[in-house]
Amino acid sequence: MPVAAKPALKKPADTMSSQGIASKKASKGGKGKTPRGKDMDDMSEMGEVGDEWMQQKTMVKPDDQLELTEQELKEEFTRILTANNPHAPQNIVRFSFKEKVFKQVASVDQLAIHFSLDGNMLHKDSDEARRQMARGGLAEAPSEPTVAEGEEKAGEAAAEGGEGEAKPEGEGGEAEKEEGATQTAPAAKGGDTKKLTNQFNFSERASQTFNNPYRERGTQTEPPPRVNFSSTANQWEIYDAYVEDIQRQEKSKEKKGFRGQQESTSRKKISAIESQGDDISRIEKPAKILERMVNQNTYDDIAQDFKYWEDVSDEYREQEGTLLPLWKFSYEKSKRLAVTSLCWDPKYKDLLAVGHGSYDFLKQTRGLICLYSLKNPSFPEFIYNTETGVMCLDIHPAYPHLVAVGFYDGSVGVFNLTEKLQEPMYKCTAKGGKHTDPVWQVKWQKDDLDNNMNFFSIGGDGRVVSWTLVKNELLCTDVILLKLDESPADGGEGTQLFTLGCGTAFDFHKQTDYLFLVGTEEGKIHKCSKAYSSQFLDTFNAHNMAVQSVRWNTFHPKIFISCSADWTVKIWEHTSNMPLFTFDLGSSVGDVAWAPYSSTVFAAVTSDGKVHVFDLNVNKYEALCEQVVVTKKKTKLTHIEFNPNYPMIIVGDDRGYVTSLKLSPNLRKMPKEKKGVEAAKGPEVEIAKMDKLLSLVREPPPEKK
Amino acid sequence: MTEAAGEPKKEEAHDFRRLHSYPLIRHSDMNEEMRTEAMELCVTACEKFATNNETAARMVKESMDKKFGSSWHAVVGEGFGFEITHEVKNLLYMFFGGEKAIIVWKCS
Repeated sequence: MPVAAKPALKKPADTMSSQGIASKKASKGGKGKTPRGKDMDDMSEMGEVGDEWMQQKTMVKPDDQLELTEQELKEEFTRILTANNPHAPQNIVRFSFKEKVFKQVASVDQLAIHFSLDGNMLHKDSDEARRQMARGGLAEAPSEPTVAEGEEKAGEAAAEGGEGEAKPEGEGGEAEKEEGATQTAPAAKGGDTKKLTNQFNFSERASQTFNNPYRERGTQTEPPPRVNFSSTANQWEIYDAYVEDIQRQEKSKEKKGFRGQQESTSRKKISAIESQGDDISRIEKPAKILERMVNQNTYDDIAQDFKYWEDVSDEYREQEGTLLPLWKFSYEKSKRLAVTSLCWDPKYKDLLAVGHGSYDFLKQTRGLICLYSLKNPSFPEFIYNTETGVMCLDIHPAYPHLVAVGFYDGSVGVFNLTEKLQEPMYKCTAKGGKHTDPVWQVKWQKDDLDNNMNFFSIGGDGRVVSWTLVKNELLCTDVILLKLDESPADGGEGTQLFTLGCGTAFDFHKQTDYLFLVGTEEGKIHKCSKAYSSQFLDTFNAHNMAVQSVRWNTFHPKIFISCSADWTVKIWEHTSNMPLFTFDLGSSVGDVAWAPYSSTVFAAVTSDGKVHVFDLNVNKYEALCEQVVVTKKKTKLTHIEFNPNYPMIIVGDDRGYVTSLKLSPNLRKMPKEKKGVEAAKGPEVEIAKMDKLLSLVREPPPEKK
Repeated sequence: MTEAAGEPKKEEAHDFRRLHSYPLIRHSDMNEEMRTEAMELCVTACEKFATNNETAARMVKESMDKKFGSSWHAVVGEGFGFEITHEVKNLLYMFFGGEKAIIVWKCS
């Protein structure tokens, strides 16, 4: 009730709230003192408080306040405070089993526990603590409890300065110990600075990666090569050596006049010195043989074909023949250059010379002369690099080491194969009358009256020039000028200017030496004689375009063949102006050649990559064989040559390759032998054969010259 | 006749020592630069120690060792026969002064 009264007092305004607070205080005090008689105290205190705080105060009484008289209000009650637990029972009786009677417990426990909490601190010196510190690595510290304790206590007690003291003291103290003295001090120090780890859920993990296992490796290099050497050194040896050396020097001095010989001696000296030590040159010859062996093994089947294979199907095909491809000669540096000329060596039957150059007027580069042997198709035996393109070459029939070469820049040269020079042995100079246009063909002639070698050349400037090898030089003589038919123009002052045609091919008659044919770019063929230098013996209007090649028949003295860029091949008799045979081959004909074994067989190559072989004895109108011999399309065939000894032909193309082909039996037919009659071979038979043919073709000559 | 022939012969006999005094390489398989260097070294050594072959050879051997690697051997003398094993491209056999023969080779 009094409690309810107080909140009722609070409800009124501020003035009343203070009274309320005051009354609360009063009531609390009253509560602590006595549970009873509160109201009286309240009222009295309230009255006093009210007087202190508020002056304009009217006493307000709660409705259910106890009405007491003043006397009763002033009554004093005495209370005594004791430390007794008010909740504790005042008497506790327990049954005593000893006396078998209920007894009152002497004193009742008055302790009242208001709050209890279990702590987790251990005393430092207790067992558990020691065990933990030992685990943490401070084994030594507690081992000397007396000293350490004191120190630690000192350390604990003091501040940082105290700690500093403890440490040296600790060190000093523990230095007395035998082992681990120094270890413990740092251990103690380390303990001070040890990482504070959470003892309950700290987990330290460590791992070790896999180390690759080791392996030992050793090697031994090869020692440098050694060689034995022995000799004797005494006075006569020395003397002899010096004498020899002096003699050699004197010889070399004598020979200074001849440039070539001096070079040879110096070269000999070099080679002598080199051969002593240089291993490669000593095995040059065996290496060559080995190379040939390897080639033969590699191309064994080709070699077998070359010797033995005959196309059996030829027996069933009367009028057809085939060409079997044999070796293909190429050299890496010649791959961009077209084959401009081919020549078989007259003496060494397996040697062939290939000249490389370029027919392209705009793209003129260097040239190359390669001599291949059939025994080694993979690499040339001789290589000569030239600055300008090689347009033609010819090997001397008597001296097979001399090669006459005509170049694109109009000069001619002679290479000597025995010399190891890269330069031609003889070369004509501009002063020496070289051609002003490319030299299209060169040909060796018989030695002249002075036993000097000479050769002829024909060039695009319209001159046929004869060159003679005199000592170290080439002397030139104009043989004939290819004048065009037009009337000479007036050059002023009465001189006459001639326009010269461009000569592209020539050939000398096999029997009559002075007679030769010249083919021109205008398509005419002139019959000339060495004796007459200003006039032609005869002219044939042969072709519409440039004459690529003109050749006398191998056996028949009157027949020659010509081929041209106008797609035709024509056979002529030099006494008549009309061709005997004309063949259209469908593409520009690069070259034509008579077979050396028959007067009626010839072969032509065209710029569509085909080789056409004709035998007039068998078929007068068509080729016996028309075969594409190149691997890549758009390769033009530029030259063809028959091998004088074997039944094969070589064909050069504008990619720089030379392909050799074997002729099938149908293409090399000899006249049939009659039983009982010896097989007549030789030129007469051939001539007769040809004559028979001609008589069929030719109109009966009406008293032609 | 014989006297006249004898005279020039005598002169020759005296002359040859003078004429033959230039260094002459009898046999060598060294490369060009090594050869010239070794030859010059030998000539220098022989001129310096004309009387003492041993010191000349020592000088040659030590210089070659320094320049071209270890284990060179040098023999300087006037009359000896030899049979040696040498590393390829490391041999020089020459005459000098009309009388001396020098052989230098490398073999480790």
